[in-house]
Amino acid sequence: MDLNLSADDLSFRDELRSFLTAKLPADMRERTLGGHRFEASDIRRWQQILHAHGWGAIHWPKEFGGLGATPLQQYLFELECALGGAPIQLAFGLRMLGPVLMRYGSPAHQQYFLPRILSGEHWWCQGYSEPGAGSDLASLKTQAVRDGDHYVVNGQKCWNTLGQFADWIFCLVRTDPAAKPQRGISMLLIDMKTPGITVRPTVLLDGTPEVNEIWLENVRVPIANRVGDENLGWTYAKFLLGHERANIAGIGSSKRELRRLKSISAQETRGGRALIEDPDFRRRLARVEIDLLALEYTNLRMLSAPASSPSAAISASILKIRGSEIRQALSELLVEAIGVGALRFAGRDAAGAPAALPGADYAAGLTASYLNLRKLSIFGGSNEIQKNIISQALIGL
Amino acid sequence: MDFAFTPEQQLLADSARRYVTEQYGFARRKQILASATGHSKDVWRDFAELGFLGLNVPEEDGGLGAGPVETLLLATAIGEGLVVEPYLASAVVATRAIARLGSPAQRADWLPKLAAGELVAVLAGDADCGSGSGDTVRATATAGGWELNGLAPVVYHAPVADLLLVAARTGATAGEPDALFAVPAGASGLRLARFVTVDSQAAADAECRAVRVDGASRLGGDVRAELAAIADYGLFALCAEALGALDRCLALTVEYTRTRNQFGGPIGRFQALQHRMVDMLTRIEQARSLVYLAATRCDDPDPGTRGAALSAAKVLIADAARYVGQQAVQLHGGMGVSDEVAVSHYFKRLLAVELRFGSADAHLARFARGLTAD
Repeated sequence: MDLNLSADDLSFRDELRSFLTAKLPADMRERTLGGHRFEASDIRRWQQILHAHGWGAIHWPKEFGGLGATPLQQYLFELECALGGAPIQLAFGLRMLGPVLMRYGSPAHQQYFLPRILSGEHWWCQGYSEPGAGSDLASLKTQAVRDGDHYVVNGQKCWNTLGQFADWIFCLVRTDPAAKPQRGISMLLIDMKTPGITVRPTVLLDGTPEVNEIWLENVRVPIANRVGDENLGWTYAKFLLGHERANIAGIGSSKRELRRLKSISAQETRGGRALIEDPDFRRRLARVEIDLLALEYTNLRMLSAPASSPSAAISASILKIRGSEIRQALSELLVEAIGVGALRFAGRDAAGAPAALPGADYAAGLTASYLNLRKLSIFGGSNEIQKNIISQALIGL
Repeated sequence: MDFAFTPEQQLLADSARRYVTEQYGFARRKQILASATGHSKDVWRDFAELGFLGLNVPEEDGGLGAGPVETLLLATAIGEGLVVEPYLASAVVATRAIARLGSPAQRADWLPKLAAGELVAVLAGDADCGSGSGDTVRATATAGGWELNGLAPVVYHAPVADLLLVAARTGATAGEPDALFAVPAGASGLRLARFVTVDSQAAADAECRAVRVDGASRLGGDVRAELAAIADYGLFALCAEALGALDRCLALTVEYTRTRNQFGGPIGRFQALQHRMVDMLTRIEQARSLVYLAATRCDDPDPGTRGAALSAAKVLIADAARYVGQQAVQLHGGMGVSDEVAVSHYFKRLLAVELRFGSADAHLARFARGLTAD
């Protein structure tokens, strides 16, 4: 057992840090470290910068333009990017669809789509959930009916994240209504500019339109845009969700938020002293730091997958549950740290138009972030669904 | 970054687990508990022959000089088997105290015997991270040596020890022990108020009433710093024991809910119970990660680095011990509160884990004191 980074991993980390110092634009860094909402243009720009350096998708195999990075290198990449203040990379193309196309896509799919995911030219979004199909995704109803060399798609998708910026959507649709729910589903790749697609924003509790409803009315999709075989879409969807969960602990983001919490609680005062010197608050801060330390080493342990680790399915679900809980706990403490300042939510000028909030710069956005992060224990398979997955492996009943 | 054990370490783990499974079953343990001493000389001899007792004896003193990972693996197996022999007290804590603080003559005299299972030694003194009563034994200089007065409460395995290492303060005012004295069992003035601990181990409150020892009985070195290091190492071994007990507690509970039928099928099919067991597993895995981290930090010469890792581990081990122990009993239903069923014994062992080597509150406070901006 040696829990230190190897010389190779240390030099990889140093290279990452130098790269972030040199290439991450200062305005993006300030937005991320200051806790402000990212801009869609930041995500695109950052992906282009990474791609220009050959780091568009370090986890992809070299044959598809990746680095073939080890799981530990991927972990370090996420960690350093988060701590350094880089914007997120979009998971939809890079982590979800990309691996599916490498495994199940046609050569034409691979040649056309993968380079465009890598370069950031294509922004992908996900068409999975429907009003009647959330945790029970296999009950989805959006229908695709063959008409010559096209499918005609009709239905409604919801909780579609950032689809307002998307160029393409990968969609689960029902192609065999007579089959058992999991058997009659196919995966289609749909150009968002196709006639018949309507995107309607859903305003979330933090006041932002982060997700959308997507209506599909007689949308014609070439049969060539189907991934793999007809009616086997559920297999691909499960493969994809496995890739989504593998990276869900969010250690880097939590470490960054913990630093912010310490910095803010050193600036806030209560009863004439810094909040961080208040023993009750300090112990709660210490507890979340311990929880994060445990998750960090759990994540590292599960990456290296020695015999003492639980199975991959259990590990991914544990990381998802604890990762979301800790990120939520940090966002709660950040709100508590600014006290009544957290009540300032949306600034207004004399005419009632949006304006900057009064109060400390660091306080703006903390309340919205707390509200927004409730999603973490809901999306990507709610934490209750994760517990069902674990208990299936643990108890098997 | 490597979490794997070497083949030699795996062999040690396998041999310890095999011994515990085959030679230290629930019935055998019950027999040992019912005996007058609550301790088995046969088991202790087996431990010596298997090399378990020499792991923490340095090579130059005739031992194996093994590292923390070996202690981790052995202690985990001991926790799995609810072993009540003085492994932690004698083969880890007292052995390390002698190795770190003993004179060459003391080391030559005691360490080979400790490794051979011919001597049982225990440390009597403060190892509670400041969460104990604060009482310490007082040592006053006499013409030929020292006189010891005071009470060392709750000394595990004192009744079966040949040698007590009594931590004492030489100053007149209350404070942390700054000296360590070897007191043989049966020394005049040494009184043991014996009892069985909640986790079925032989123990005593050790009271010194004008116990006189000569100068050669004093162990040297920076006692204050070394006792802190030894307490952290003992805590590490305790946490490793806890992992074994936690794993077994969960495994017994899963097995029970898979086989206990009510309402026409196994109760493990109910989601309320399933999610409880998932929560047990999640807490165990988080705690395990910090115990592994502690294994790489428990020898760290920097007390801050060492203390933060050990305190973090204890906070999560205590948390898991309480939750997993209580839920294991709960999910066993009426069987869980029966003395006849192993789970109630794991529950009591886990209660002792919570209470020993400093409370979760004391360790959370120590961790909180050391917080840095990063």
